[in-house]
Amino acid sequence: MSNAPVDKGRRRFLTVATSVVGAAGAVGAAVPFIASWNPSAKARIAGAPVEVKIDKIELGQLVRVEWRGSPVWIIRRTPEMLASLNETEKNLRDPDSQVAQQPVYAQNQHRSIKPEWFIAVGICTHLGCSPQFIPKSFSVAEGVESGFFCPCHGSRFDIAGRVFQSVPAPTNLVIPPYYFVDDNTVIIGEDEGTA
Amino acid sequence: MNRIIEWIDARIPMSNTMKLHVTQYPAPKNFNIWYIMGSLALVVLVNQIVTGIWLTMNYVPSAEGAFASVEYIMRDVEYGWLLRYMHSTGASAFFVVVYLHMFRGLMYGSYQKPRELLWIFGMLIFLVLMAEAFMGYMLPWGQMSYWGAQVIISLFGAIPIVGDELTTWIRGDYVISGATLNRFFALHVIALPLVLVILVFLHLIALHEVGSNNPDGIDTKRKKGSVPKEEQSPFEFHKHYADKYDIVDSVPFHPYYTVKDLVGLAGFLILFALVIFYAPTMGGFFLEPPNFEAADPMRTPEHIAPVWYFTPFYAILRAVPIKLLGVILMFGAIVLLFLLPWIDRGNTRSMRYRSIWHKLNIFQFVISFIVLGYLGVKPATDIYTMMAQIFTFLYFAFFVFLWFYSKNEKTKPLPERLTK
Repeated sequence: MSNAPVDKGRRRFLTVATSVVGAAGAVGAAVPFIASWNPSAKARIAGAPVEVKIDKIELGQLVRVEWRGSPVWIIRRTPEMLASLNETEKNLRDPDSQVAQQPVYAQNQHRSIKPEWFIAVGICTHLGCSPQFIPKSFSVAEGVESGFFCPCHGSRFDIAGRVFQSVPAPTNLVIPPYYFVDDNTVIIGEDEGTA
Repeated sequence: MNRIIEWIDARIPMSNTMKLHVTQYPAPKNFNIWYIMGSLALVVLVNQIVTGIWLTMNYVPSAEGAFASVEYIMRDVEYGWLLRYMHSTGASAFFVVVYLHMFRGLMYGSYQKPRELLWIFGMLIFLVLMAEAFMGYMLPWGQMSYWGAQVIISLFGAIPIVGDELTTWIRGDYVISGATLNRFFALHVIALPLVLVILVFLHLIALHEVGSNNPDGIDTKRKKGSVPKEEQSPFEFHKHYADKYDIVDSVPFHPYYTVKDLVGLAGFLILFALVIFYAPTMGGFFLEPPNFEAADPMRTPEHIAPVWYFTPFYAILRAVPIKLLGVILMFGAIVLLFLLPWIDRGNTRSMRYRSIWHKLNIFQFVISFIVLGYLGVKPATDIYTMMAQIFTFLYFAFFVFLWFYSKNEKTKPLPERLTK
């Protein structure tokens, strides 16, 4: 044991240096614990695109398919439904789809590639419930017979998935990337030419 | 026997701890029925831990097996139905006693100086309890488990910029899936109960440091040497307290309050057993009908409502037509409770001696809380939404009013000693 006077500055430096290195180690050790909560490789693969045959879908019918575990709607819209898109516009939050909730090729009034076919992720943009498809008697405005209603918190969307004003959902429904292989087949989950 | 105790005491302070916290712990002598809720909460916690361990023995934490394993517990495991109903009823009972316990603190100003930290530990317990209950409700993997989890986790999506990635990280998938179920199971049976037990320990240690408040809200530990011997409590209290203070109007926790709490416990267990045996679902409030149907990610139930103990906060969330603001208000409703010791600027603790404004304010707060709870189970129609907005306003107004009038509040004179 030496009797030399304590060098306090040196002792403080060593204490701080040890603490900093220790803290860095603790942060590093936290990485695997935090990262292990991310979707696993298996879950990421399950997010692969799906191919859907659409030749059997009737006018005005909704078909649900699963993509990334979410319901995706495919609706073959009637001419009346498409006509109603003009009627709803004055009551919408984002009638021109300014918010990027869709690929660029769906940023139009009917929010789809082909006006007749509406494809959207059937998850309310409020808190993730799946809204109901109301093909008749939607009664939010004159001449509007069809749309979507979320039973959880009362959000409403028109038949192009555009959100109405003064409902809890902030944005239009999400349109997934998709493309038509031919008239009867659609690929949901990727843009044309990326595969 | 004495030699055994001496042997132990020489190695761990068993007898001393017993005296310090139980047999020679001074508690005000005028506790009323509101003061049984704390010990009831402790009993319910033990019930949850024990029945939970037993349920874990047969429960299968996977998206494929969870729902079937709960049915297996209900039908095939001996007394499995009883263990599960004890656990599910216990969850609701926990919130009943905790809400009453918090209300007691509100009435008698038990959050005021010097009990701020005690109140904060209590609020943390409440917060962890909500997380624990939410994750537990997901485990049966019924329709309400699934969609309730979907809604609650989506709340974090309202956070700007990182929201979407955060929700994916919490779920461990792009939607609620088996990955979510398994991690919630781990948190529900290990992580959160551990945190809960630690917080309960801290809550009790903090309580015993400052001592219990009482319905009169006056101190029963007086400055040393300020009270004549014959006016002090005749009981022997631990020197940890007696050396520092002159103690008035107090009794040792054991046997006086252990016996009182046992009477309360008997009453509680009668009600608890009635629910378990005659109304385990409590008309859809403790266990909701859609949850008897297996989770279906493709179809949302017609009407989603959380379990009753979340509905006041859920009603606040729904009352606001802007997502982010709704989420902020919902969490704000809880944050304000944390801040109660500083929002209330008064010095008089008990509402018995406070102004009529304070009594009216507490009254309207309770009414608002109950009405919001009612609205939270109802569908979101226009009239209900408007009512939810009014009562959300009143809920928050409680804190604003309190902050204003408590500064120069006209209070009644406090009694010198505890009243009956």
